[in-house]
Amino acid sequence: MAKPKPVNELKCIFPSWSQNEALARSVTASFTAQMNPTCEEVSDIKCAVSEAVTNAIVHGYRGTVGEIQMILKLYADRTFQAEVRDRGVGIRDVEEAMRPLFTTDPENERSGMGFTIIENFMDSLRVLSEPGKGTRVIMKKKLSMLPIAK
Amino acid sequence: MLTQEESPLRTITSGKTLTVFLDGDIDHHTARQIRNRIDTKVYIQRPDELILDLSRVCFMDSSGLGLILGRYAKAVELGIAFKVANPTPEIRRILDLAGTERLIKIESARPAKRAW
Repeated sequence: MAKPKPVNELKCIFPSWSQNEALARSVTASFTAQMNPTCEEVSDIKCAVSEAVTNAIVHGYRGTVGEIQMILKLYADRTFQAEVRDRGVGIRDVEEAMRPLFTTDPENERSGMGFTIIENFMDSLRVLSEPGKGTRVIMKKKLSMLPIAK
Repeated sequence: MLTQEESPLRTITSGKTLTVFLDGDIDHHTARQIRNRIDTKVYIQRPDELILDLSRVCFMDSSGLGLILGRYAKAVELGIAFKVANPTPEIRRILDLAGTERLIKIESARPAKRAW
């Protein structure tokens, strides 16, 4: 079966500066607005995207600045997909990184809950990573249907 | 964002209780400054009790969780009682996901209002 084509798509690239976490969230919220999501759905999606972008900044490019690519897609069946890519250090053990409360950076008060939050707030989460090459975090959430007008 | 970075910490002191009112977005970018401001205030004032009021926080992610757990750890270290007050339903979900209530008292004095 052919892969469904998104009905809308947005790609953006920004430097891994922490002020861009808020930017990534507002871009994502604006992009999803066309599907009339509920407030709770927007809040979940913003939080999940914020986690992925923060990971790229804090872990992927720790101590350096690099490019973060964010690709947002919407499909006809109201599925929203966000992909956050970095070309940073990568993750040696993805399974370990996804464990609740696991963090490699406790001294900076990282809670180790980032991936757990994404898993809980989105329908699916995929993490592809290679040490030295970078990380791709792909998450999906199907938005609820609009109530039918009487 | 500049306004938030430059705005002072809003606090109320009642007896030996220090209440800090957080607002806006708490993410990795803003958490560090908020953390430094709270810690400075606490070290100077040495309250018996520290309350973080979250009623005006519009957005919080795991960095905010780190901030709250970190302040709890500091409070324990200094022998200060610690409470979190009035989280919005969205923030409450994040707190619950991490099982925060096993460590920290969460109080909702009045029904939490949505920010929008």
